[in-house]
Amino acid sequence: MPGPLVNFLWLVGILGEAAVVVCALKKGAFRRYFLLNLYMAGLMCVELGRYKILSEYGLKSTQFQYFYFYSDAVLTIFLYFALCTLYSHVFSEMKAERYVKMGAFLLLAGTALFTYAVVQQSAAKLVTHFVVELSQNLYFVGVVLTYVLWGAILKLRETRTRLIQLVLSLGIYFSLLAANYAVRNLFPQLCSVFIPLVQLCGIFLPLAWAYAFWRLPEEARLVPARLAVIPR
Amino acid sequence: MMAAIIFVCSVVFLLQFFVSYCRSLIAASIKHPLSAEVQDVTGIKNSASGEDFDRVVQLLHLCPDRPEDRNGIQAIGAYFGLLGFVRSSVARLVPSLLAWTETERGQCTYFAAVTLERRIAFSRDMFAQQLES
Repeated sequence: MPGPLVNFLWLVGILGEAAVVVCALKKGAFRRYFLLNLYMAGLMCVELGRYKILSEYGLKSTQFQYFYFYSDAVLTIFLYFALCTLYSHVFSEMKAERYVKMGAFLLLAGTALFTYAVVQQSAAKLVTHFVVELSQNLYFVGVVLTYVLWGAILKLRETRTRLIQLVLSLGIYFSLLAANYAVRNLFPQLCSVFIPLVQLCGIFLPLAWAYAFWRLPEEARLVPARLAVIPR
Repeated sequence: MMAAIIFVCSVVFLLQFFVSYCRSLIAASIKHPLSAEVQDVTGIKNSASGEDFDRVVQLLHLCPDRPEDRNGIQAIGAYFGLLGFVRSSVARLVPSLLAWTETERGQCTYFAAVTLERRIAFSRDMFAQQLES
């Protein structure tokens, strides 16, 4: 059985994910940020599934490890497409949606192929390590893409506060998870420590998005140049 | 090797995103004028100082908690700690950085004061609702 801390983290995470969808629905932002909300709803279902498997089989069981890593890989791909919709929002005036979609598919296929090329060198690890490597690489690609998007926001002088906060919080989340996966790959023997750590990092995104949907109206504006680490 | 590079890059990106995210939280609240009552309680009249941050956060903890504010205030608290670290280390060598951290710390205090005002208003609403029922 999971301990009280894990239970607490799980509960906060699931409630946060539900809060994002509820806040978006209440503030009329559900359709505008449909994929983001769909990701949150999917994450909530996966978290419930993980909790059930964890309670039945335990943290170190093969069942939990398989379910955890495979569901994580699927969710990462989903989040990757959610990020692409944020690109579409930022570039909406340029009518660049088609190019964004095409680029996203190419990059996803490229990342999967690169991961396969790295993992196939040791056939024994192929099944188990492919998803872990793919998640790590996709999170890293996500970090880079979010950083590029952030650069575009600054360059295009995007002023929508809600959109800016959604992008920045996604950047923090991607960076936290990419760093976490990288450390896990460096020290695989500490796997059981890093799964609860991911949960802790994972709480940030739902709370930040719920805040952005609830607190910030779609019309809220700010000067993005104020947010750059190096003043412009 | 690959994992080590990813780790280092992720930490650098994380810092950049974190600072920008905190500044976006602050920027969203900076236009909010403080009521005379909160100005009296916090002692913030025109501009806030970083020295007042701990005191304002203590006042904040006296008010009933609002779940939607918790994430923001924790992030700003961590940002304030990061600024304190920069101020006491790197900023000693770069004077312009010292002035920048001081301004940022003051804005963190202002954010905490705005959150305090929202919590006071929230408590009043709850109290009024209880009286009505």
